[in-house]
Amino acid sequence: MANDSKFTNQKFKLVGTRVMRPDGVDKVTGRARYGADASAPGQLVGAILRSPHAHATIRKIDTQKAEKLKGVKAVITSADLPDFTGGEGELYNVLENCMARGRALYDGHAVAAVAAVDAETARRALKLIKVDYKVLPHVTDVDLAIKPGAPVVQPGVKTKDKKAAPTNVANVTTYGHGDVEAGFGKADVIIEKSYKTEQVHQGYIEPHACLASVGPDGHGELWVTTQGPFAYRNWCATLLGMEMSQLKVTSSEIGGGFGGKTHVWIEPIALALSRKANRPVKLVMSREEVFRASGPTSPTSIDVRLGATRDGRIVAADAAMRYGNGAFPGIWGEVGAMAAWACYDIENVRSVGYEVLLNRPKVAAYRAPSAPMAAFAVESTVTLMAEALGMDPVEFRLKNAAREGTRASYGPTYGPIGIVPTLEAVKKHPHMRARLGKNQGRGVACGFWFNFGGQTCADLIIDVDGTVGLSVGTVDVGGARASLSLIAAEELGIPYEEVRCNIADTASLGHNDMTDGSRGTFSSGMATIFAARDAIEQLRVRAAKAWGIDVKNVSWKDGKAIAKGKRKSLTLKEIAEASPNTGGPISGHSQVVADGAGVSFASHICDVEVDPETGGTKVVRYTVVQDAGKAVHPDYVEGQFQGGAAQGIGWALNEEYVYGKDGRLQNPGFLDYRIPVCSDLPFIDTQILEIPNPNHPYGIRGVGETSIVPPLAAIANAVSDAAGVRMTHVPMSPPRVLAAIKASRAEKAPTG
Amino acid sequence: MAGEKGKAYLLAGGTDLLVRMRGDFIDPDLIVDIKRIPGIQEIRKTASGFSIGAGVPCAMLGRDKALASAWPGVVEAAQLIGSDQIQGRCTMVGNLCNASPAADSVPALVAAKAKAVVVGPGGRRRVPVEDVVTGPGRTSLKKGDIVVAIELQKRPPKSGDAYLRFTPRTEMDIAVCSAGVSLTLGAGNVVKQARVALGAVAPTVVLVPKAARALVGTRLEDDALMKLAAACEAACSPIADKRGTVEFRTEVAGVMARRAAVMAYDRARGKR
Repeated sequence: MANDSKFTNQKFKLVGTRVMRPDGVDKVTGRARYGADASAPGQLVGAILRSPHAHATIRKIDTQKAEKLKGVKAVITSADLPDFTGGEGELYNVLENCMARGRALYDGHAVAAVAAVDAETARRALKLIKVDYKVLPHVTDVDLAIKPGAPVVQPGVKTKDKKAAPTNVANVTTYGHGDVEAGFGKADVIIEKSYKTEQVHQGYIEPHACLASVGPDGHGELWVTTQGPFAYRNWCATLLGMEMSQLKVTSSEIGGGFGGKTHVWIEPIALALSRKANRPVKLVMSREEVFRASGPTSPTSIDVRLGATRDGRIVAADAAMRYGNGAFPGIWGEVGAMAAWACYDIENVRSVGYEVLLNRPKVAAYRAPSAPMAAFAVESTVTLMAEALGMDPVEFRLKNAAREGTRASYGPTYGPIGIVPTLEAVKKHPHMRARLGKNQGRGVACGFWFNFGGQTCADLIIDVDGTVGLSVGTVDVGGARASLSLIAAEELGIPYEEVRCNIADTASLGHNDMTDGSRGTFSSGMATIFAARDAIEQLRVRAAKAWGIDVKNVSWKDGKAIAKGKRKSLTLKEIAEASPNTGGPISGHSQVVADGAGVSFASHICDVEVDPETGGTKVVRYTVVQDAGKAVHPDYVEGQFQGGAAQGIGWALNEEYVYGKDGRLQNPGFLDYRIPVCSDLPFIDTQILEIPNPNHPYGIRGVGETSIVPPLAAIANAVSDAAGVRMTHVPMSPPRVLAAIKASRAEKAPTG
Repeated sequence: MAGEKGKAYLLAGGTDLLVRMRGDFIDPDLIVDIKRIPGIQEIRKTASGFSIGAGVPCAMLGRDKALASAWPGVVEAAQLIGSDQIQGRCTMVGNLCNASPAADSVPALVAAKAKAVVVGPGGRRRVPVEDVVTGPGRTSLKKGDIVVAIELQKRPPKSGDAYLRFTPRTEMDIAVCSAGVSLTLGAGNVVKQARVALGAVAPTVVLVPKAARALVGTRLEDDALMKLAAACEAACSPIADKRGTVEFRTEVAGVMARRAAVMAYDRARGKR
C-alpha cells in the first residue's frame, strides 16, 4: 500500500492551495545564492578562449606566453583532458564539445582555458594564446546542409549505411502506422506545405556558472547552476577520470534552465583548471558565451502533407522533419517525429525525423524539446485543412482528436488524456467569442508532450521539535519545494509551514535523474509520498512502543497516532520529542523509478494585431488551457502555463540566431536576440483542467513543458488570419511579415 | 582632455562608455567625468529657447513641463532610449557623441534644428547637430572639444514636432529605422516650415529637405504624405543586417515619417 503509485482519488486538505513560496524572500532580497554567488579561499578566475571560426582545423595552440604571464596559475587545452570515454558515443561528443580536440566545429567552440588570480589577468592571458587555424568550409543552414556537396561537419558520422560517403544526416527515424499512401488515395482534400523555424535559445537569465575545487588527493567539489547535479557529477567525474564518489556536486539556486542546464559546458573545464592549478576556480560564462557556446534548440525545416475526407476526417498524415543538431548528433528530429501527430487519431500516419549536423553549437533540450516546431508545422496545416473544408478549426480538431484508447502515432495506446477536454474548454471560453478589431486575427492550436518520470530518491527527517526536513534530489526549477512541502504536510497531517524542503547534494542522497521532462513534481512528489509514509510507519511504531501495544493497533490520522479502541493519541510533535529515548531519530526514505508519467495536452487561443505597413505584430490576448492531472500548487502551475506561452511568443515573433556568411553568430546578446519584455506581452489567461494521471497517487502529471508547444502555431494561425497571408517561417519578424503581405498583394493584384 | 597623449573619453551617463569598455571594444587611458561641472546638469530657459546641459539625464527632460510642451518630439525621442534605468543616467549629448546612426534623440534634434554648444581649445562655438556626427562612431569634434549643451529654439506659435522609431520590441530596443518631423503652420493650418530627419537608414542621421518640401504648403493631404514617404525612401541608403533588410528599412522609414508628420501636425494644431 505504502508504495502503490495508483491514483486513489483521496480528498486533500493542503494540496491544491496557494501557500507562500519558501524561496520568495531570499530571491526578492538577493540572499539566494546562484551559480556565480559562491566563493572559496584562494579562488582563481577562469576564462575560456573560443574559436572565431565556424569550422577549422586546429594545427597548433601555443600557450607559452600566457603561462608566463604573472598571475596565471593554469592554462589548459584538450591535451589536459585525456579521453576516458573510449572515443565513442555521446560522452565523447560531450568531451569534444567542452574543449575542441584538433578541430573547431562552430563559432564559439572552446579551444583553451586559463585560470588566473583575477579576471583582468585571465583576459590578458587569453589574448596571449596563439591558435593556428586552418579555416574549412562551413554550413549553418539545415536545407543547405543536406544538399549534395555541402561541407561535411563530422566526417566520421554516416547515415545508416556505413559504407556510404559521409553526409550531414546523422540519423533517420520513422514513426507511424497504417498505409499512408493508401490513406491519401482516400482523401478528398490534400494539403501540402513546407515550414521553417530558426534556431532559438532558452534565454535563461542566469548564465552558466560554477565554482570547482579539486584537491591534491584527487577528490573534488563543484558548486554549479544545474538542473541535474547527479548527471553533472557523473559526466564530470567520467570525463576527468575520477570516481563518482570522489566528486560532490551541489546545485545552486537556478536562474532558469529550460533544458539548457541538463548538459555540461564549462564545468569539466573548471574542474580541469582547478586540478592543474591546485586552487579553486570560479568560471562564469558571459552572455555572449551563453549564446555562442551553450545549447540552443534546433533550427528546422519541415514538410507536411495532410489528407482528409469532405466530412472532416483526417485519413492520412505525413511529415518529413529536418532538425539541426548543431555540430554533434542528437535525437532532436526523432523527438519531433514522435511528437508531431500525437494530438490526433489518424489511421494512416507517418513522420520521419532527420538529424542534421551543422556548424552551430551542440543542440540541447529546450522545454518540450522539438515539439513546438513540429506543432507549428502540423497545427498550421490542420488549420489550413479546416479552412479548405469550410469547417471551424476547433470542431475539426475535436473530430480528429485522440481519445482514451487511441493508438498514438509514436506507438503507445493512450489512457485517459486531456486533448478533447482542452478543446471543449476552448470552445466554451469567452475568448473565442470576443470581437476582433481592425487588423486583428485569431488562432488556435494544440500541443502535446510526453512527460517523464525516472529515478528518484527522497529523505524525510523528523526533528525533535516535530518539524520536518525534506531532502530531494530534483532541482527546484518551477516551484518544486513548495509543492513537495505541501505533499509531505498533506501525508503527515501537519501544517505546510512546518516542512522545509531542501535540494540535496550528490553526496547526501541516492541518484536522482535531472529535473527535466516535467518530472520534478510528478516523480519527487511520488518519492515524497512514499518517504512520508515510511516515516509514518516509524511514528506508529514509536507510539505503539509508548503505549505498549501492537503496532497493528495504531493508525495515523491528521498528524496523530491513534490507538485502536482507546481514546489515546500522540501527536507527531509528541512522538518526535520523545524520539531520543524511543529509538533515536525518525526519518522516512524512498527510492523509486517513477514510471507512468501521464502525457500532457494543451490548447491555446491567441489574438494578434498586425500593422500592415510595418509587419509588426502585437499579441493582444492569449489564453492557455492545459491538463495538469492535479495542480498541487495552482499559482506555480499557472506560472508554468504563462511562462511557456511567453517563451513561445518570443520564439514565434522575434527570437532568432542570425549567422553571417562567415558562419559567425551576429546577435549573441539580448539587444539583438529579442526575448519579449513585459510590455510586449498581454496578461496570459490560464485555465487548469485536472484529468487525473492513473499512475500517480495524487493524479499528478508534469506541467512544465507542454505550454511552449502550441504558441508557434497558435500565433502563426492568428498572424495569418490578421495579415491575410499564410506565414510559414518562424520567427514571424516584421521584415518577414511585411514581405509576405507585399508578396500576397502583388499576387492578388490584377495583372495587365 | 587636450593634454592626454592616449585615448581620452568623456563620461556623462556612461550608458555607452561603460558598456563599450566592458565589451572590450575600447580601452581608455583617460576618462573625465563631467557630471559635476557647475550647471552641466541644468535645463535653462533662455531668451532664445532652451539650453540643455550635457549632464542632464534623459529622464529629467520629461519633468521639465515647459520643454516637454515646446518640444514633445525631442523629449519623447530621448525617453525612448534603452529603459527607465538607462534613462536615469543617459544624456542627449552622450547619445549624439556616441555617433550611432540609430541614436534615438538625434533625428528629433536635427528636425528641431538644434545646435550643439562646443567648448574646446579653439574657444566656444555653436554647431548644427547634423554636423556633429560624420559617420558611425565618428564626429567632427576636435581633440579637447566638449559638447557642453544642446540648444533648442523658442517655438513660434502653431508648431509641433514628433519622433517615431520602428523596433520589434516595445522597449529595451534599438531603432531599425526612425523619423523626426518638426512643423510650423501658417494661416489655415497650412504647413509653413518643415524639417524631416531619418535615423538608422544611412551612416549618419540624414536631414531630408525634399521630404520637408513635400509638406510645405499642404495640410498633409494623402498626396503630400505619399510624396513625403517617397522622398524619405529615396534618401535612405541603409545596410542589411541582423536588425533589418535594406527593403524593410527603406519602406518603413517612409511609414515612420508619414506617421510622425501627422503627429507633429496634430500637435501644431493644438490637437493632442
